[in-house]
Amino acid sequence: MSGGFLSLEGVRKEFDGVVAVDTFDLEVEPGEFVSFLGPSGCGKTTTLRMVAGFEEPTAGTIRLAGKDVTNAKPNERNIGMVFQSYALFPNMTVSENIAFGLRIRKEDSAARQERVDELLALIHLPDKGKAYPNELSGGQQQRVALARALAIRPQLLLLDEPLSALDAKIRDELRAEIRRIQRQLNITTIYVTHDQEEALALSDRVVVMSKGLMEQVGEPFEIYNNPATGFVASFVGQLNRLPVSVIDGEKGLVRAGQTELRTTSLVESPAGTEVSLMMRPEELTLDASEENVLDGTVESVTFLGSIVRVQVGVSVGRLTADLFNERLLKLPEVGDTTQISFPAHACWVMV
Amino acid sequence: MTISTTPLPVEVEAPVAKPAAKRSRLWAWLIFIAGALYFLVPLGATFWWSLRAEAGVLGFEAYRRLFDDANFWPSFTESVVNAVAAILLSLIIIVPTAYWVTLKLPRLRPVVEFITLLPFVIPAVVLVFGLIRLYGRPPLLLTATYDSSRVLLICAYAALSFPYMFRSVDNGLRAMDVRTLTEAALSLGAGWPTVMRRVIFPNLRVALLSGALLTFAIVIGELTIALFMAQQTFGPYMANLTRSKVYEPSAMAIVAFALTWVAMGTIALVTRPGRRR
Repeated sequence: MSGGFLSLEGVRKEFDGVVAVDTFDLEVEPGEFVSFLGPSGCGKTTTLRMVAGFEEPTAGTIRLAGKDVTNAKPNERNIGMVFQSYALFPNMTVSENIAFGLRIRKEDSAARQERVDELLALIHLPDKGKAYPNELSGGQQQRVALARALAIRPQLLLLDEPLSALDAKIRDELRAEIRRIQRQLNITTIYVTHDQEEALALSDRVVVMSKGLMEQVGEPFEIYNNPATGFVASFVGQLNRLPVSVIDGEKGLVRAGQTELRTTSLVESPAGTEVSLMMRPEELTLDASEENVLDGTVESVTFLGSIVRVQVGVSVGRLTADLFNERLLKLPEVGDTTQISFPAHACWVMV
Repeated sequence: MTISTTPLPVEVEAPVAKPAAKRSRLWAWLIFIAGALYFLVPLGATFWWSLRAEAGVLGFEAYRRLFDDANFWPSFTESVVNAVAAILLSLIIIVPTAYWVTLKLPRLRPVVEFITLLPFVIPAVVLVFGLIRLYGRPPLLLTATYDSSRVLLICAYAALSFPYMFRSVDNGLRAMDVRTLTEAALSLGAGWPTVMRRVIFPNLRVALLSGALLTFAIVIGELTIALFMAQQTFGPYMANLTRSKVYEPSAMAIVAFALTWVAMGTIALVTRPGRRR
């Protein structure tokens, strides 16, 4: 069954009878970058820790490169790990930190030095080898932690919220850096995060998790545009949810108040069922140019730089529209009556 | 217009605040000086007295006699050896315990903390009688010979050091995110002995040193337990000296003070902030 380089089959973890992760199945291809995305307590870190060997699964199998490592000790797995808190050894210099794993593998000092220099160049900190961790910025420390994890030429790289402790600007830089290094080394990587933007920007595939269960596995584009569950839809990106009742499922017709709306996606519920019509804020326009049109009143306008977020109250609820900012854009004002519209292909029904 | 007068008290109060601050600083100094005198006058008097062993001259005759005393060095060395042994024993017990509690059993922390505090609560006299009653009879007849009693004494000293040792080690462990550092080392391939030797101990050095020096300062002059176990250590030697000599005890007190200060000074030196490694 195990086609992947890393494979998790039916992995389950309980803490004192409380299920933290359940029926986790995943095949990761060599060189693939997979993110575990979810709110805190969803089991993403626990799953990562089971792969690392810090937690033992209650049930299930973990295979790495064809070998069953379910119960292997963490120091027998040859897995590189990067922690949120950097976890550099404060008593060692940057070079000593990077060389730590090589030292344990009893590599001779010339080979060690060569590898350290190679990695310092890779993380763009060639002259920081003699510095101590407390002399470096957070971003630099996390680069060193990455280099230390990579020094041992691990089969697998695990990153546990590595950017969460950093400033927004450094976070974006380091995010790009991580992706560059991962591509360059073509190393299989698992990345845990609660930040959907990070997960979408970095990953080949994203695993969205909630309450210990996998909600959806897919490419970022797919996760965002075709969320499989209500949780995924609302956790990844912003989402509008309009209460409607089904008129004709086959034709995709629903009714919101007195207004008839149409969706091109599948409606399985019989006529008369109360369902929700979902659509992304960026699909809405403040005019009648698209097929589905509603009348409403502007309730709030928030200027966010590249986009302008407008909330419009309609007869059955409230819709949020994200408009791209342009220099010629005329900002609507609170209290304006307006029409708001969206295409039939941009919305879908959820029960 | 009675309302307009309300802001006035505030304006009056503001200038008063400054002299009040000055006055409180004056008080602080007075209290500090009184405290310092309380501490320094007896010390100075003791030192003065220790210099008067020879009639009519001030000199270090009492110190010379003290160091020449046949029993001084043997009892002192014995106490030093006891102290070092007690420190090692205490380290071997406390470091792994504190590490394991921090890492795996954080819920047990209050319990362990309480147990290590017991030597503070139980008076030395009670402790020593308990030890003698327990170990002074078969099957563990430890009080039978001088050397076996000494082993018991060292064990008792190790127990006495627990409050200091556990607290310093615990502080050291809390300051360094033990769990993540351990996991980082494990994921890089290190085994438990390597984790302890290369990661935990080096980062605990300062904490261990301060715990060890505190233990040393306590053990070196300990009287009660040593006395009841009939040990010829430094504590009983000093007590005996006080009873039999006139000037030497004062010289002794000054030497003991100096020793304690060296220990304290070393702690301050190695733990001073801004020091790397």
